[in-house]
Amino acid sequence: MTATGLIAANEFCTYHRVEFRFIDSLSEAGLLETRIVEREIFIPETELQKLEKMIRLHQELEINLAGIEAITHLLQRMEALQDEIRIMRNRLSRFEE
Amino acid sequence: MAFIDYYKILGLDKQASEKEIKAAYRKMARKYHPDLNPNDPEANKKFQQINEANEVLSDTEKRKKYDKYGENWQHGEEHEKYAQQQRAQNSNSYSGFGGGHAQGFEDYGDFNGGGDFSDFFNSMFGGGARSSSKQTKFRGQDLNAELKLNLRDITVAQKQTLTVNGKSIRLTIPTGVENGQTIKISGHGSPGVNGGPAGDLYITFNIPVDQEFKRDGANLYQNVQLDLYTAILGGEVTVNTLSGKVKIKVSPGTQNGTIVKLKGKGLPFYKQENQFGDLLVTYQVLVPTQLTDKQKELFTELSKLK
Repeated sequence: MTATGLIAANEFCTYHRVEFRFIDSLSEAGLLETRIVEREIFIPETELQKLEKMIRLHQELEINLAGIEAITHLLQRMEALQDEIRIMRNRLSRFEE
Repeated sequence: MAFIDYYKILGLDKQASEKEIKAAYRKMARKYHPDLNPNDPEANKKFQQINEANEVLSDTEKRKKYDKYGENWQHGEEHEKYAQQQRAQNSNSYSGFGGGHAQGFEDYGDFNGGGDFSDFFNSMFGGGARSSSKQTKFRGQDLNAELKLNLRDITVAQKQTLTVNGKSIRLTIPTGVENGQTIKISGHGSPGVNGGPAGDLYITFNIPVDQEFKRDGANLYQNVQLDLYTAILGGEVTVNTLSGKVKIKVSPGTQNGTIVKLKGKGLPFYKQENQFGDLLVTYQVLVPTQLTDKQKELFTELSKLK
């Protein structure tokens, strides 16, 4: 079953060779948003990139769920800090001749 | 083309066991994996080297060949052909002993696949040779590009076509992007290895400091010179904005350093084409330095009126 902008979780698991339990655990940990339509679980397209990244971390680097959770939070924090540095640098340039 | 020391890359010695190679690879891959080092070309390069080292050292045949020729890898093939000829001759001469078994590099002919391997790797193992038994999927390398823009370019969303690695990419540059800001275009990096996903393309905007306007987010700052007489008596001054010239009224008795806000004359907010920041004009009152005798006389007269 397909819905606009949504991918059936089962199809995704078959394609990426991951167990549904993994997707479910990510969802439970608040790392992934899923939707239920007519009793079937779907993954929004907007979540795909994030999910595929977490699968790579799991499959290529053998990182478990707790590790993925920690990494995701740290990467988000790192990105926010990098943005802040960029904004501060640009603000500073206003006072440089 | 320089010799690459795969053992050194993984921090191993030549006697390293398969288990040690695997452990060293895992440890380094966790440090330099592109997903853990977004927008870091150095880490990407290092990850590529680690992958290549692992590709060779974790494959028994490739490792044997690599160990056999080491720094003399360039002459390896010649040596091997010579050895084959010798073995063939010996076989003919001493057929009673069952002959030799020639096993050349052609054994690697089955390997296929692509990937960003070094010239050294391709030269030694053939173009993008990979172990057919493992077929590990790897995400392609991320690519980085820089796009130079000026302040006027970012006042409206612009469609541009970039050529990256020979491929044309159509891109809409959102309004109000900041200097140093990076946007990611998913899947437009290097192709994946063994069917792995393509990497991403990161475009960093370079917006040099403008001669006329200083920027802070969506607000712009500008210094405008005001002659003494307009500052004292009031009047009008013409100010340049990004959307053209604007006349503003100057109140009598305007002080040096007075800031006037021109609402909505700044830059558009990021991805918000219809919402603008402000232009803040700072007056710099110019005190005349070379007065005529008449001017001196009048100023003296004025000073007496205090």
